Amino acid sequence: MTWVLNNLGLLWELSVQHVVLAIPPILVGFVIAVPLGYLAYRFRLTRGLILTITGLLYTIPSLALLVVLPVFLGISLLSPLNLSVALTIYAVAIMARSVSDALGSVDPAIRQSATAVGFGSARRFWTVDFPLAGPVILAGVRVAAVSTISLVTVGILIGVQSLGYLFTNGFERRIIPEILAGVVLVVVIALVIDYLLALLGRVLMPWSRMGVSA
Amino acid sequence: MLFWDAILWIFSPDRLTGSSPLPLLIGQHLAYTLVSVAIAAVIAIPVGYLIGHTGRGREIAVGISGAARALPSFGLMLLLVLLIGVTQKPLAATIAFVILAIPSILAGAYAGLEQIDRRVIDAARAVGMTEWQILWKVEVPLGLPLLIGGLRSAALQVVATVTIAGYIGLGALGLPIIAGLELRDFTRMLGAALLIVVLALAIDGVFAVIQHLVVPRGVTAGRVADLRPTSSRRRAVMGTPIEEGRG
Repeated sequence: MTWVLNNLGLLWELSVQHVVLAIPPILVGFVIAVPLGYLAYRFRLTRGLILTITGLLYTIPSLALLVVLPVFLGISLLSPLNLSVALTIYAVAIMARSVSDALGSVDPAIRQSATAVGFGSARRFWTVDFPLAGPVILAGVRVAAVSTISLVTVGILIGVQSLGYLFTNGFERRIIPEILAGVVLVVVIALVIDYLLALLGRVLMPWSRMGVSA
Repeated sequence: MLFWDAILWIFSPDRLTGSSPLPLLIGQHLAYTLVSVAIAAVIAIPVGYLIGHTGRGREIAVGISGAARALPSFGLMLLLVLLIGVTQKPLAATIAFVILAIPSILAGAYAGLEQIDRRVIDAARAVGMTEWQILWKVEVPLGLPLLIGGLRSAALQVVATVTIAGYIGLGALGLPIIAGLELRDFTRMLGAALLIVVLALAIDGVFAVIQHLVVPRGVTAGRVADLRPTSSRRRAVMGTPIEEGRG
């Protein structure tokens, strides 16, 4: 406890760095996952292709992905961009699947009604399919957000500063409270972001009365 | 070509000798994964079945699997190593792997039972099956694909964490990566990383095949390929009649 009180400044600084590292992969991942999820939902050929590739990428252990990625990207292994791309890949893998499942869960009768009253396919997607799929998509976003926040810590192995610093530094100096503080902070940040996303969903999608919990 | 160098590194005869030959590291990686997932399965499957069969404590299972995703595996492992003692690294690391494997298996076990159409279970009860028979002859076979799915996610989670355990000097395939980072030997890191990718994909593939094989004959529709955290379907409580058109 003394260690924590003496290092509040460091804990705050690392928490901010952690959140700054975690947010872009979640946002970029979402922007990539929506069209991919749509393609996976819409066409059989792209469905198999997209879900298989994202599924395989998701099985690659994080540390291995961090080593293999720079070869394809032509950047340094130790670059923060390397970590961001790896985290984005995992986020896309989680969310593309949930976008595709979510669009598939929309009642076909509603879709047909929209077509019957004269909605074009683009308008139907944005004003009918997408909002109705929203609650299930949000569940996927929440899973992706929580696992991204937790995975950021692995970045410390390639020298990217985050709350993961407390793990390696605490381990080397044998300070148990330091590691514990890191673990607790990561979980707290993940739960807060998860809660904020749930709240955002309730505000933006009042029709999700079923309540989607992760 | 970086990949070619890495492949040459993997197949070099030097990899069979020295203090940590490659086959030993691969064996360690597999052994840690199998042992941890097996221990986690022994703990999580009975609990998951109890929750799935009775429908009680479902919120606890959902809560555990939700919170576990937030838990940073790297931090948890280092914490346990320091708490249990740096001299007992394999034990401490295995406990961490088991803790990380439990939530997916638990979720797979109870979700497998939960997704079964309540009418099937009511029918089994109606023809006079005991609760025990319902569990073993109806619920377990029908829930097996999702249980295997849970074991599959657990195994992949452990494979990834065993890799990171190279940092605490546990050996396995994380060792060449961590050593390569310190020595700035990219070929060695890439070689080990490629092996880890192959290992993870192979384990995933084996589980995918098993998952496909355990689908009972007669189950054609409604095969759920992926774990959902919650089902929006309303649960029937034991003894209450099914209300059509709800949930």
